[in-house]
Amino acid sequence: MISQLSWKIGGQQGEGVESTDRIFSTALNRLGYYLYGYRHFSSRIKGGHTNNKIRISTKPIRAISDDLDILVAFDQESIDLNSAELRKGGVIVADAKFNPTIPDGIDARLFAVPITKMAEELGTSLMKNMVASGASWALLGLPLEVFNKAVEEEFGRKGPAIVEKNIEAVKRGAEFVLEQAGGPLDEFKLGEADGEQKLFMIGNEAIGLGSIAAGCRLMSAYPITPASEIMEYLIKKLPKFGGTVVQTEDEIAAVTMAIGANYAGVRTMTASAGPGLSLMMEAIGLAGMTETPLVIVNTQRGGPSTGLPTKQEQSDLNAMVYGTHGEIPKVVIAPASIEDCFYDMIEAFNVSEQYQVPVIVMTDLQLSLGKQSCDPFDYSKVQISRGKLVTDAPALEGPELFKRYELTEDGISPRILPGEKGGLHHVTGVEHDEVGRPSENAMNRQRMMDKRLNKLNDLSIRDAIRVDAPNETPDLLIIGMGSTGGTIDAARTMLGQDGVTSNHITIRQIHPFPTAALTPYLEKAKKVVVIENNATAQLAGQIKMYAGYADKIESLLKYDGNPFLPLEVYKASKELS
Amino acid sequence: MATFKEFRNNVKPNWCPGCGDFSIQAAIQRAAANVGLEPEQLAVISGIGCSGRISGYINAYGLHGIHGRALPIAQGVKLANRELTVIASGGDGDGFAIGMGHTVHAIRRNLNITYIVMDNQIYGLTKGQTSPRSAEGFKTKSTPEGSIESTLSPLEIAMSAGATFVAQSFSSDLKGLTSLIEQGIKHEGFSLINVFSPCVTFNKINTYDWFKENIVSLEQFPDYDPSNRVAAMNRIMETNGMLTGLIYQNTTRKSYEDMISGFKPEGLAKQELAITEEQFNQLVAEFK
Repeated sequence: MISQLSWKIGGQQGEGVESTDRIFSTALNRLGYYLYGYRHFSSRIKGGHTNNKIRISTKPIRAISDDLDILVAFDQESIDLNSAELRKGGVIVADAKFNPTIPDGIDARLFAVPITKMAEELGTSLMKNMVASGASWALLGLPLEVFNKAVEEEFGRKGPAIVEKNIEAVKRGAEFVLEQAGGPLDEFKLGEADGEQKLFMIGNEAIGLGSIAAGCRLMSAYPITPASEIMEYLIKKLPKFGGTVVQTEDEIAAVTMAIGANYAGVRTMTASAGPGLSLMMEAIGLAGMTETPLVIVNTQRGGPSTGLPTKQEQSDLNAMVYGTHGEIPKVVIAPASIEDCFYDMIEAFNVSEQYQVPVIVMTDLQLSLGKQSCDPFDYSKVQISRGKLVTDAPALEGPELFKRYELTEDGISPRILPGEKGGLHHVTGVEHDEVGRPSENAMNRQRMMDKRLNKLNDLSIRDAIRVDAPNETPDLLIIGMGSTGGTIDAARTMLGQDGVTSNHITIRQIHPFPTAALTPYLEKAKKVVVIENNATAQLAGQIKMYAGYADKIESLLKYDGNPFLPLEVYKASKELS
Repeated sequence: MATFKEFRNNVKPNWCPGCGDFSIQAAIQRAAANVGLEPEQLAVISGIGCSGRISGYINAYGLHGIHGRALPIAQGVKLANRELTVIASGGDGDGFAIGMGHTVHAIRRNLNITYIVMDNQIYGLTKGQTSPRSAEGFKTKSTPEGSIESTLSPLEIAMSAGATFVAQSFSSDLKGLTSLIEQGIKHEGFSLINVFSPCVTFNKINTYDWFKENIVSLEQFPDYDPSNRVAAMNRIMETNGMLTGLIYQNTTRKSYEDMISGFKPEGLAKQELAITEEQFNQLVAEFK
């Protein structure tokens, strides 16, 4: 019995790799296994090698694996590109049609299944992915009926005849490979899963779901990889809650429309990635200056410019923290798990209204698109707070206006929505007085700047830093953000086996920087390693600037477009320890 | 019922004496009163430039945003609370240069808002540079030898983008302009009203007298039918865009708000934020 294994399917883009992966993993999720997915894809629709990898485990996992147990290949290219990843004695299930061969030096077992031929016998080569997935499922010795149920759900809309054919394709693939192998492979026999009901989703879906729970009813956005799934999810769901998604002409319209809608009282978000974020910068300043709530999701991908649009990177941190001219209060939150994606959206909307500031939720491609198991979300934890929103202002006398920018002790002023009789005031990106009229008065300017910039002094979001610190004075304190946490933990297990003690901190409140919370851990660590997917050590820069300890901080950086692997983190950390 | 005086506030505009924008401000205030609005039911969203200051000069809700983006902000306001009357306003640079992309798409989208462009054919606040509305050969600080770009025709662009309400006016014609704004507000969809608003400081060519000489009023054509799209386009081209009056109106196309699936007549901002546990469980069930 094994506790985990890794499965990968590869082929040409548009060949059914995605749907096969979806059915395969849905079935595994139903059986209660923990899953962690990784999509390798290119910025094109048809053609080009693509592969999806799933790590399957009986225990929680949050990282891709270093190696691979089963590779399902639709073409020789998939074998050539991915077989080096196979562990010794791993399995390749490939289409007999292209006479698959195992590259030199690779120790693997090959099952050549007449995938295309069987599919064509059933009427269409489109079903070859079902033959292939049926074959690989059968090798695991898992119950076929669970798999067939997932097939039924995938194709149910197309009618019973299509479902039946696909199930038949699965069966033929399974039967063929079992005969060749002499039954399910013992080395792939997974232990029983814990049976707990889990959710299985990508970060972008959790963001969409979290937004609806948070009361978000409008989204204005422009399509971009890897953010589009958020708008695609919300346009399916928001009409049921009275809202909608507007696909705007560009990201400037997306963010300014969101500002207008937030000003008028509806929780509204936009989402984008690097290029779109760059276009939004001026408007983010408007939200900061006019103290209008705003929530932006930035799903980071490889930059700069068009960069690596379908690859992993965490290089927008400085842009999010420092972007927009002038000085405004702004919050940057980095979810580090699917659960965070959900709960952080609720917090982002609350913080944006309580503090009347723009909030950027930063994910990265792997967190946004990697499909993962996660714990069920807790409805009772969904709390909506709108801060100092006034609904019963007394009538105004004569030319009097509502003090929308009243100077208060905490810097946060009462907010009222257009339509309220007692609330007339003006809003402008020009420096303004307490009722929003433009003012160049020097004293007013200073007071208003101080008011805005001091608003966030006491802000601390849920788990501003997430601490796993079993050691009082560890050899290593490893710090990361976003999707890298699971990989870091996997590396720490290996470090522990070598006798290297380590603590792990995930920074979730990127800005304002949680200096006070972090400092004691930096103080006690012998060495600090900051792990991030960028070339210029942006997170480490923030730590050094705000908390210091530059002499013991080292960086582990990766910016080749791929997520860190546990072994990489282990080896580099060990060297630094 | 509010009178136009209730739409006045005590802020003194920073426009030059004689600027066409004063009359446009007055026309908006009169039109708002004439259609029966109270100040809190009106939101004026403006861009940047001399004209952009208008949201601060009207006693109503107002948002003075960033250059070229009055329209997306205004559309956001309307989507959030469709019970509000939303007027977007700005200059020709704001709407036809930096904001042209938004203008075309706001027209296509057809939300029920009114867009008033204060068109002075020049950049005034930055002290006299060429605008997309400047005539060819027009000499400014940025075109010392005269503009060598062709003049943009907002009316033709609006028509070709599928506008449902296209009007043009002259700031001196307070009565006509007020009436057009009232019609624009009542129109169920996006209404574009381009208003010639002379810049007395930097534009010595397109003066009050020049407009009086060159404008062609639709009043001269008693048989003119503003529902005829082809005739409207022809008339715009025949008059080289100098036409004033209600040029085109399509009353059959529904507004964007009326076409959104599940969108209620009640302002979204007034609706419940929280979802029920049952709704929550339904959403979550998809991921099991």
